[in-house]
Amino acid sequence: MGEGAPGQRDARPSPPEQTSRRVELVATIVIDGLIDASWLFIVAVGLTLVFGVLNILNIAHGNLYAIGAYTAASAVGWYYAGSGPPLLGYVVMLGAALLVAVAIGPLLERGILRLFYRRDEIVLVLVTYALFLVLEDATKLIWGANPYYAYEPYGLLGNVKLLGLTYVAYDLLLIALSVVTGGLLWLGLNRTAAGKVVLAVIHDREMSSAMGVNVTRVFVLAFTLGVFLAVLGGAFTAPKISVQPGISITVILLSFAVVVIGGLGSVEGAAIAALLVGLARSAAIHLMPSAELFIVYLVMAGVLALRPEGLFQRAALRKI
Amino acid sequence: MRRFGPLAVALASFALIAALGGTAPNWVVFLTTMAFAKGIVALGLVLLMRGGLVSFGQGLFYCAGAYAAGLAMRWADASDALLLVALGGAVALLLGLAIAPLLAGYRSIFFATLTLALSMIAYGILNKTYSLGGSDGINLRAPSFLFYRAATPDAFGYALFVFTGLVTVAAAVLCRLHFDSMRGLLSLAARDNEIRVEYLGASVRRVSLGNFVAAAGLGGMGGALAALALGHIDPDFAFWTSSGEFVFLAILAGHQSVVAVFLASILLELVRSFSSQYFPNSWQMALGIFLLLVILFLPEGLGSLLRRRNPPPEAASLPVESLK
Repeated sequence: MGEGAPGQRDARPSPPEQTSRRVELVATIVIDGLIDASWLFIVAVGLTLVFGVLNILNIAHGNLYAIGAYTAASAVGWYYAGSGPPLLGYVVMLGAALLVAVAIGPLLERGILRLFYRRDEIVLVLVTYALFLVLEDATKLIWGANPYYAYEPYGLLGNVKLLGLTYVAYDLLLIALSVVTGGLLWLGLNRTAAGKVVLAVIHDREMSSAMGVNVTRVFVLAFTLGVFLAVLGGAFTAPKISVQPGISITVILLSFAVVVIGGLGSVEGAAIAALLVGLARSAAIHLMPSAELFIVYLVMAGVLALRPEGLFQRAALRKI
Repeated sequence: MRRFGPLAVALASFALIAALGGTAPNWVVFLTTMAFAKGIVALGLVLLMRGGLVSFGQGLFYCAGAYAAGLAMRWADASDALLLVALGGAVALLLGLAIAPLLAGYRSIFFATLTLALSMIAYGILNKTYSLGGSDGINLRAPSFLFYRAATPDAFGYALFVFTGLVTVAAAVLCRLHFDSMRGLLSLAARDNEIRVEYLGASVRRVSLGNFVAAAGLGGMGGALAALALGHIDPDFAFWTSSGEFVFLAILAGHQSVVAVFLASILLELVRSFSSQYFPNSWQMALGIFLLLVILFLPEGLGSLLRRRNPPPEAASLPVESLK
């Protein structure tokens, strides 16, 4: 990975060159880390939401990301072949993500996952591993093995100067998108009646069911929302990357780490952990490229060794 | 089966394996050798799962065993298969012993993810360590077997197959004896309810630790055997897909029968090689659907098919679920 555009350095060196270089490096690391963290947060928060509500660690989440990326790439290719206003391309991407999520989410949850709810959570992980295998090939059958590019939306907003570094404005749009997504999700969960019902189910499934909550409906909705977040992340990173087989694996491993670091089921945790992982990755890329492959797991192992249940652990009720 | 004693069963099955291998075509011999090697790793995982812990990072030990054997061959010019496999097992066992204290407090999904993280760290480090071959890995020579050195590739394949069969049978018998022992049964009890086991005066920590280290050792032996069979080692031994495959095998086999682990392993290798031959573009899909169907219709694994015929009386009369 590492496709996040590194800021191009300004040509003019300033007098105390050493210090300014260092500041520049730190700024580059922080901004690249933020960009990386932004899409990672969108994807990972979907994973953590699904785990919180359904108690499923969905390995196929990365495939949903990939499907989102492919769909967006196809939709963008189709849209820009016509002569619509260029900025509407973003709406097309959003619409495509929404459509795919509404189509796939209920299908997977009602069609497959539902059959395994009574099983051990490890068995459920394996069920989603099977789904991962199936979806991986299904994606290849639909879109083939050649890479797709959806570069049009990427350059549309031009460049932005930030702390003496030039950035593609689209990358900053991603940061904004992740802040909006996280904010809406937090508000939706904490400030609306429906969200409180979801929180109740996360807290205690059996008790909410006894109180008259339609847990099945919450499951379908939460899973579909999780799928939407994965697809959304995929759709909006598609213009930055070459969409090809294998992206699902990279993404699931990263978002898996984010979710575990943050504490399974915690939205705030996912945000902090995405930042941590994004910054760690970007620091590794700039300072020690050979560490990029495992820095994330090093952070994860470190956090888990200190806080076994992640940064934002929920006090678990002990049921005997 | 129990009537004949495990040693007799072991000798009989070993003779059967050796005889069948002598008549089978080369690809079957290789496929079965790999299936046995991976089956040994999965057997370790089954041992661990009987205590209620599932590791998603068994590839770490698989990889450690493979690299220990490979590097001993490369650096120390060791070429005896027996020595290399023993070394692979010992190195993995020590590694298990070293990281066990870190993992001791974890359960369920946290144990699974932490083991996964450790194996992925190993994968990342090996990929970038060029003195150990980097991502290309290292090619290995054919080992000798005590005083026997095979002259042709076919003879080597058969010799390695017989040797792997020997290790497999030994591991299987030891595991069966362990499963039926007091300690082995304690694992099952810990899986049902840890608090109850502690109140009965046993240490869940010690049971889990023992299982984990034993599983690590088995993983290392399986890894060394696989390395010798493939003639090559690379970081993919520690990649999460190989760990996933071991969990797949363990779930497919279930925790009741030892034989089922190896049957599952052979079945998986067969499904994989046939589906990659006949549906080269969708064999992963075939594998995934196969896995879903097994989980759906055989919740206790293949072992439940073998065991249902003659359930052990003590287990049959205890409805465990009702005690929870």
